[in-house]
Amino acid sequence: MPVPPPSAAPQPSAVPPSVAPRTLKDRVLRVTRRLGLTGRGGVILGPYAWLVLFFFIPFLIVLKISVAEPAVGIPPFTKLIEWVDGGLDVHIRFSGFQALFDDDLYVLAYLNSLKIAFVSTLCCLFIGYPMAYAIATAPEKRRGPLLMLIILPFWTSFLIRVYAWMSILKDEGLLNNLLLSLGIIHEPLKILYTDLAVYIGITYSYLPFMILPLYATLEKMDHTLLEAAADLGAKPWKAFLTITLPLSLPGIVAGSLLVFIPAVGEFVIPSLLGGSDTLMIGRELWNLFFNSRDWPSASAVAIALLAFLVGPIMIFQHFQGRDQDKGAAR
Amino acid sequence: MKKSRLPMVLLGVGLAFLYLPIVLLVVYSFNDNRSLTVWTGASLRWYHELIQDGQMLEAAWLSLRIAFATACGAVVLGTLAGLMLARFGAFRGRALFAGMISAPLVMPEVIMGLALLLLFVSAEQLIGWPAGRGVLTIVLAHITFTMSFVAVVIQSRLVSMDVSLEEAAMDLGARPAKVFFVITLPIIAPAIVSGWLLAFTLSLDDLVITSFVSGPGSTTLPMIVFSSIRLGLKPEINALATIVVAVVATGIGLAGFLEARRARIREREESQAGRV
Repeated sequence: MPVPPPSAAPQPSAVPPSVAPRTLKDRVLRVTRRLGLTGRGGVILGPYAWLVLFFFIPFLIVLKISVAEPAVGIPPFTKLIEWVDGGLDVHIRFSGFQALFDDDLYVLAYLNSLKIAFVSTLCCLFIGYPMAYAIATAPEKRRGPLLMLIILPFWTSFLIRVYAWMSILKDEGLLNNLLLSLGIIHEPLKILYTDLAVYIGITYSYLPFMILPLYATLEKMDHTLLEAAADLGAKPWKAFLTITLPLSLPGIVAGSLLVFIPAVGEFVIPSLLGGSDTLMIGRELWNLFFNSRDWPSASAVAIALLAFLVGPIMIFQHFQGRDQDKGAAR
Repeated sequence: MKKSRLPMVLLGVGLAFLYLPIVLLVVYSFNDNRSLTVWTGASLRWYHELIQDGQMLEAAWLSLRIAFATACGAVVLGTLAGLMLARFGAFRGRALFAGMISAPLVMPEVIMGLALLLLFVSAEQLIGWPAGRGVLTIVLAHITFTMSFVAVVIQSRLVSMDVSLEEAAMDLGARPAKVFFVITLPIIAPAIVSGWLLAFTLSLDDLVITSFVSGPGSTTLPMIVFSSIRLGLKPEINALATIVVAVVATGIGLAGFLEARRARIREREESQAGRV
């Protein structure tokens, strides 16, 4: 007989101890319940209020300041609405956004960021997929340790891993020394401080983010499907393309977005590995903010970047939410 | 069906790609030469210079304190958030909450940093709090982005957990709070520990958000590392990297050892229980 799943957190009304309050705890509980502050509501309030205050409201402020006028002073922008001589004075300007379109620098930086993030995501996918596949099809006992090996670099400092590539890729670095000593090249390749180094750095740093969701979908896959395909005479490659690949699509999408979205706004990798001509929008935002101290324009860049990323972020949350809905269904 | 060896070979190559740079850093941290590429002899010279760098040590101590405070705050909020998503069913505003908790996982850090800084500046103008930027604003910002990672860890553990124990406790009349503290919390304790460590590591490592919300006198270790390697290579950083790798490897090794021992004990207990 199907039993309806009992709610793990029943309404507080389900536990009304109608005995007189004897302990302090009981008394406190009665008071809070009378105030309408149930345990469940109280639990929800904490994280909810935190995220509204420190995540949601900040974006509204960014939006507000993106249309403010830059000013000399602290903070370096004007108030939007001011009472001047008894009248309401409104200062709203869109020149911050206007500059984004007028100045080639920003348009190029946006396009270049999208290009670099896209290509790096593809590199992560091509390197990460076979790795995730190999772990998912390894004997069950070995999967845990292998997965650990993937996660381990993530626990060491990101900054230090990028730094490691600086010493590998520089002109007299290890890669050039190796290639020179093998006689493959005759003069050092210039890799550090070019776009190529940025591709390598992003692919390297974000690879674990691609592998983990891929592994999660591949591991859940029903392997009898592949056996059935083989029994029916499908070649392994054909079986892979028609069964494994489509079934792992959610993992591919989730992993790609986990790499692509942060990579578009990446700052550290282009500024350490890229050249001065490596335009990326995260770097431009940083320069506007820290070097030019033009907070309104930096906010406009942030809003425009966010507008690009809202779509991918929503798709990511859709996939993320599928796990959460399992929890909601309880 | 014959299994192809190709994925295993590619996995090996991929792991080499992941580990080679780290191994090189560690090896060259013992090199007695500034060039970083020519091996001239083993020495602990860079470790010596590292521990004499007062500015670096001060920043490291500050970063550790910030990471500790962040991890403690994030683990409380993140566990509650994970619980809400995994156990609370549909509550009002669930969709917005789910969106706000998962967005920081992918949000570019420059946007988060700028947004939080503007919040702190506006709040200071409006209510005079927080006065200036410093350790407090860094911790608040770090808790905000790390609690999402904790929530994901906790939520996935709760979803995979056997709920019949919680149900049994409730059937026997335990209040939800009691069920949580007596049944759920001990079961998800390992996930809480990994959530705490994850928040600690993320906070310790963060450069971008920290740079936005920090003030004069609150320079963290990543900020110092970044500004020094931006100008070129510094061998002391290799020594620092080696220390980080050693600490992480020890921690993970210890965790793996404890986990394996727990599993062995559980297995033995189960087999004994089976005999009775």
